[in-house]
Amino acid sequence: MRIKALVIRIIRQFVRDKRTLAMMFIAPLLILTLVNLVFSSNDYEPKIGVVSDQQMVVDKLKLSDKAFIVYQKRSEAHQDLSEEKLDAVLEVELPSTTITLEGSNPTANKASIMMIEKTLKTMPDQDTEKIKLNPEIHYLHGSADMETFDYIGPFLIGFFIFFFVFLISGVSFLRERTTGTLERLLATPMRRWEMVVGYVLGFGIFTILQSAIIVSFAIYVLDIMMAGSLWLVILITLMLAITALTLGTLLSAFATNELQMIQFIPLVVVPQVFFSGLFTIETMADWLQPLSYIMPLTYGGEAIRDIMIQGDGWGDIYGNVLVLLGFSLLFMILNVLALKKHRRL
Amino acid sequence: MQTVIQVKNVSKNYRSHHVLQNIDLTVNKNEIYGLLGPSGAGKTTLVKMIAGIETPTTGSISVLDSDMPKLNTMTQIGFMAQSDALYGELSGKENLEFFSSIYGLKGQKQKERIDQASDLVNLTNFLQKPVNQYSGGMKRRLSLAAALLHDPKILILDEPTVGIDPVLRQSIWDELYKLSKSGTTILVTTHVMDEAEKCNQLGMLRDGKLIASGSPRELKDNTSSTSIEEAFLYYGGVHHAN
Repeated sequence: MRIKALVIRIIRQFVRDKRTLAMMFIAPLLILTLVNLVFSSNDYEPKIGVVSDQQMVVDKLKLSDKAFIVYQKRSEAHQDLSEEKLDAVLEVELPSTTITLEGSNPTANKASIMMIEKTLKTMPDQDTEKIKLNPEIHYLHGSADMETFDYIGPFLIGFFIFFFVFLISGVSFLRERTTGTLERLLATPMRRWEMVVGYVLGFGIFTILQSAIIVSFAIYVLDIMMAGSLWLVILITLMLAITALTLGTLLSAFATNELQMIQFIPLVVVPQVFFSGLFTIETMADWLQPLSYIMPLTYGGEAIRDIMIQGDGWGDIYGNVLVLLGFSLLFMILNVLALKKHRRL
Repeated sequence: MQTVIQVKNVSKNYRSHHVLQNIDLTVNKNEIYGLLGPSGAGKTTLVKMIAGIETPTTGSISVLDSDMPKLNTMTQIGFMAQSDALYGELSGKENLEFFSSIYGLKGQKQKERIDQASDLVNLTNFLQKPVNQYSGGMKRRLSLAAALLHDPKILILDEPTVGIDPVLRQSIWDELYKLSKSGTTILVTTHVMDEAEKCNQLGMLRDGKLIASGSPRELKDNTSSTSIEEAFLYYGGVHHAN
């Protein structure tokens, strides 16, 4: 009897909480759809620059696949490679054959090598015998023994910091409301923006610590590849954390309890994983790609990767820092406006 | 007599729900004004509007001669909410430090005010304890202390004595009288009829309407009642036609 009463009560609570109900059914569909879109996408199409003194080889390669782009000068090809316009450069200058890979992305590396090998195989024997011999493989960044973790690690650092800061700051700002302390604060002359800035600063101190610890752990304990500056990585993760912090406190205004805050994870956090660079954005459906521009994790993940694998400096990543700063400011302003719901002044 | 709080023809709606309708009331300096009514009558909404947290749908509220809500005026108000708005992880002292800092109190002055306020509510010996180990009554008292910290001209207390034992309740009322004598104006809500007798002026609130106002004596005399409860029943329309 008591169990029945309990069951009825729970059912009633659920029915009244339409949001939680919707979340139970719609969120899994959303995630499944996203995963499906991401993984059923086309194969990666590498772009390979070709430099050769053998006109016949050049012609054949050009005909065989649009992946091959012919360069007259070796220096131009390598310039484009370093600017990530190409994934690899194939140099056929008898008697040696060299492949130079951009190296950052294992998927692109593999796709490039496979494309080159496949194409060379289709050539008539008398041409290829000279070429096939022993293509030497060079890496612009990284190396053949770069592990998968070296590649995904930078994104995971960014992601985990984003995820936890988002959740914790969101829930604690929410609790300010549910315990009545927000109302109590609004009875004081404290201004709304002061409250938002106070939260950013208070949590900011912990996010600095968090960023430093996670980044150091990844580099010194997990021995992740690190080509650039430790301080720049910490700076980026900190910017990412502040973006997550401001987004978390903003969204907490639209949740009435902790459970509803957690429901934002599949809506806001998980989709960002797909666009953070962990998966190759170029292979996604075309209409899906622009979504990456509105996801903070895109900018953070990209910058962390470029610093850690390619050794990028401040000049290469300050744009990303500015974008993250812009996101943070936008979320803070929106939060100040959202607090208007609780007090007009 | 100086008017401190002036509520003029105030109504408050949440969508189509009328919480308060055409409320007019005046609170004078040094008065202890009691808002009496059952829960759901709109007491909390009314005091929140006076405190500047909510805004009326129609009508106007002025406090200390300026229209609410106004941040400057809010520094003159001490507000004790119905729920104990305290940070459970922090100690009593840390809570008081936090709230006093918001009002710009610091250093020696802050220390003095915290000592005074916590002494007033008998919490001096418990200030180091985290608030989540406090009893319900202790939390109420700490909330009251937090509202008193900045020595406000107006004290707004929403159900201040819920869960406080009778001896302490009496001592809190004694303090309220002292504060009112020294120039503080006090607005207090309550649903306890006998507590209403302790106020100088009373407003009876029922279903969002102010059904009567006056001193407890006037209200009783006008209805030939022996208690405030009887008077409330009379004004609420539950009187015998005799």
